Amino acid sequence: MEKRVLKDDNDRVDGILKVTGQAKYFAEYELPGLTYGVLVTSTITKGKITALDTKAAEKAPGVIAVISHLNKPSAAAYEQEGGPQMKIFYTDKIFYNGQPIAIVVANTFERATHAASLVKATYAKEDFNTDFEKALKDPKAKKLQGQADYKRGIENAYKTAVVKLEERYFLPIETHNPMELHGIIADWRPNNQLTVYAKTQGVKATQGTIANVFKIPMENIQVNSEFVGGGFGMALRTWPLEIATVMASKHIGKPVKVVITRMQMFTMVGNRPAAIQTIGLGANKDGKLTGITHRAYGETSTYENFTEGVVNMAKFMYQCDNVNTAYAIVPVDLGVPIWMRGPGEATGAFALESAIDEMAHALDMDPLDFRIKNDPETDQQKNKPFSSKNIKEAYKIGAEKIGWSNRKNKPGSLIEGPWQTGYGVSVGVFNANRGKASVKGILKADGSLHLQSATSDIGPGTGTGMTLIANKLMKIPVNKITFELGDSSLPPAPSQGGSATLSTVGSAVNDVCVALKSAIAELAANSNMDATANFVDVLKKNNLPQIEVTKESQGGKERDNYSMYSFSIHFVQVKVHALTGVVKVSKIVSVGDSGTIVSPKTARSQMLGGAVGGIGMALTEESIIDHRYGRYINNNFADYHVPVNADVPEIDVNFINKPDPYINPMGAKGMGEIALIGFSAAVANAVFNATGKRIRTLPITPDKILA
Amino acid sequence: MINFQYLRTTTAKSAIALLVKDKNAKFLAGGTNLIDLMKRGVTAPEKLIDINHVPLKQIEQIGNKIHIGALASNSAVADSALIKEKLPLLSWALQAGASAQLRNVATVGGNMMQRTRCSYFYDTEMPCNKRQPGTGCGAMEGFNRMHAIFGASEKCIAVHPSDMCVALTALDAEVVVANAKGERKIPFKDFHRLAGDTPQLDNNLKADEMIIRLEIPMNNLAKNYHYLKVRDRASYAFALVSVAAAFELSNNKITDIRLAMGGVAHKPWRLTASENFLKGKEATLSNFEEAAQLAMKDAKGFGGNDFKLKLAPNTIIEGLNLAKSKV
Repeated sequence: MEKRVLKDDNDRVDGILKVTGQAKYFAEYELPGLTYGVLVTSTITKGKITALDTKAAEKAPGVIAVISHLNKPSAAAYEQEGGPQMKIFYTDKIFYNGQPIAIVVANTFERATHAASLVKATYAKEDFNTDFEKALKDPKAKKLQGQADYKRGIENAYKTAVVKLEERYFLPIETHNPMELHGIIADWRPNNQLTVYAKTQGVKATQGTIANVFKIPMENIQVNSEFVGGGFGMALRTWPLEIATVMASKHIGKPVKVVITRMQMFTMVGNRPAAIQTIGLGANKDGKLTGITHRAYGETSTYENFTEGVVNMAKFMYQCDNVNTAYAIVPVDLGVPIWMRGPGEATGAFALESAIDEMAHALDMDPLDFRIKNDPETDQQKNKPFSSKNIKEAYKIGAEKIGWSNRKNKPGSLIEGPWQTGYGVSVGVFNANRGKASVKGILKADGSLHLQSATSDIGPGTGTGMTLIANKLMKIPVNKITFELGDSSLPPAPSQGGSATLSTVGSAVNDVCVALKSAIAELAANSNMDATANFVDVLKKNNLPQIEVTKESQGGKERDNYSMYSFSIHFVQVKVHALTGVVKVSKIVSVGDSGTIVSPKTARSQMLGGAVGGIGMALTEESIIDHRYGRYINNNFADYHVPVNADVPEIDVNFINKPDPYINPMGAKGMGEIALIGFSAAVANAVFNATGKRIRTLPITPDKILA
Repeated sequence: MINFQYLRTTTAKSAIALLVKDKNAKFLAGGTNLIDLMKRGVTAPEKLIDINHVPLKQIEQIGNKIHIGALASNSAVADSALIKEKLPLLSWALQAGASAQLRNVATVGGNMMQRTRCSYFYDTEMPCNKRQPGTGCGAMEGFNRMHAIFGASEKCIAVHPSDMCVALTALDAEVVVANAKGERKIPFKDFHRLAGDTPQLDNNLKADEMIIRLEIPMNNLAKNYHYLKVRDRASYAFALVSVAAAFELSNNKITDIRLAMGGVAHKPWRLTASENFLKGKEATLSNFEEAAQLAMKDAKGFGGNDFKLKLAPNTIIEGLNLAKSKV
């Protein structure tokens, strides 16, 4: 832990550890007597297991146990009626293809893998449907309300507008595919004591979920997750495979490690759900929006509902008196989705920001001018002023840097040989959240400050950001500050999701630092020292090796008075090959408007990662299912295309870096999601500008350009 | 465990002797495809004969031909000064394939022997006549975006995934193979097979044979050449369509020309009709366009890959354009 120290303020606390292999990820922990679990998965899409032949597996060398619904290892909550439908090993029902139905534990990973292949299930098959489009068309298929309908002014006002459009947009399933495979090590010991090494975006959430399933006190469970090799949302819940591993450890009385395969990453840990969206826009001849309608359908599973904020942006991003939205979810026979970076807002922004571009084109307006013309002064949805919003300044910076003046409003105008050049722009917006978190600060007479909180760092640079907040407040050099996280025994903090960690935990760091300073000031006063005396001198004079403060922090009434969002704007230049349909993103300028930038290096990295993810969403990523079988077709890194280096040009990252006066003491708003939100629309808009072809189905692959 | 025996040998002769002893033995070279296939349960050889120590890594000019040993790595061939100078088309095609890491271990012989990347072939829960004859073709009415538009059979519409082999087909390479009795030569264009009624067979190498080397005749195609690979991302993706184009110009007339395509058939697809059309003609866009149309005469889509009917001729034209513009 002492190694998690920042050397200077343009560094990462864990940079050296990560690039030298010293950072220890969950799968790297070696426990005495460790055993290895491998999951057996269903090969049908819907039905029931009628028989499960585990004999050959049990007899295979090194096998310790085969656990399934046949031997139901005890999980108190699953023994009761009700609760989730997908109670692993407590149901013989198959909800989707690739569902875990048994776990084989052996003394080596290879032996467990082989034995898992020997488990043979017999099924009673039922008709199924994994095709979202088909479910949507089927009047008998369920459609559940995903969010309350919203209406401001006249419903569907766009239909009577002078200039109007109505278009449909399709986003396929995307799979998070962080480099690190998912899994867990569970070590269940006598007296219901459990230690887990997890890959999680929330150690407290993992602790709580396991406590609920096994009905043991939270204090009995120690969750460790110091380093996470990418999450992007897929580690925001404790998945059935993790419960299965804990069950297995409890059953055999030994620690069990499970690391799932890349193929299982497509079926066991969620995905960005497919979405079908319709946008209706109306405007007058002057280019003022007179109606916005956003209707969306999202995919969900049959055994659990998943909803996200697909239609949020339409309600406030543009000045318009007539707005209505609707969002429904449609169950299909697939695994339940989960938030993926930017989540629903990124899905929604693809449609809305494409449509805005289409409307600008219909009006023969520059899409940037059109956005500026319809930029709202206040949040019409909440009827509140924005706490801070510098989007016009961001437009200006981005336009200059990308060379927007080179863009021609008429599509297909910039041609050089077979390559057509185009420029596109899009806005991203996400709630500037702030939750409740506790941080403990230990200020020591050796001049160091040690901070602790049960938060996570899935890569955004949480430890670095917290260290810099403390550095600024305490004037303690960065190499004397440590920030400990990823441990459920530390003061509680929420899961790392929704771009809220810096705002939430950072505020508690702020409060701890303020409290430590006042404690030192009080000590100084009591010992007749100057109020500005150095804390080391004060502690020494008082014979104190250290002082400790724990603070819980959360937002107050400011949220009642202001609408709080982070904004981003993405400019891209693309080159499209007229003959082969290949699209190259040739230039990117992203501008973040998320209040104070606490940690410039890690904030920039967030924006870089968002742009790369955005290229994937726009051009390459799609999880393909053969609906005849309900099985994924491209469930590996050769066929599921995340962008490679050669797909990514230089990314010019800029920040407004002006404090938000209301959000929190740092004036900093989250920015993990806005780095991605809107990016795919900017690419689609640039492709249109280059070619005159409007692609409304992602990803924009060469076949769609040639169609 | 599915046990297998691992053997290592240092001569081609002993390798062949070990191969014929066991019906279910396979050579192991780079292993970049074979090991995947074993992990996925697609193949389960009882014996793996490691031939990496057999001295077949030569890249040399002998008389009027360039010889490339079967065990030369893809990157060794691609980076060879001799290949870059005399057969740059081959170097380019190799660079377009896989990733740097894979090219470092993958061999020339292994590249030729790699299996299709059709998803149905790899998923043992799906039908596939190539993996398990008689189970049907999953791709025919399924996901066939990556699949063949030429020479497909009712049994299989998979494509051969190699880039290197497309260039070798264009370059009139010969494959020298050996069995216990001696060597024989197979013209490269005849090495791989169409799926026909036996999609389980990818090529015409016999069960007792080993690939020894390639022999590629010298040519005057080192100036105007291009390997154009159209794919879903800029690197590390299989071709939607690729084109190997090379020609020799004399007074702006095409005196020699080679054209082959990848990603369109069960084998690298040589465009003989287009070549014959262009021979003796000027290297003009309209001639390229006509040649591209000729190439598409017997093309057929299966739904998901219909776009290749447009992409393929476009890629031929652009490949020829780029070959022409090379200075």
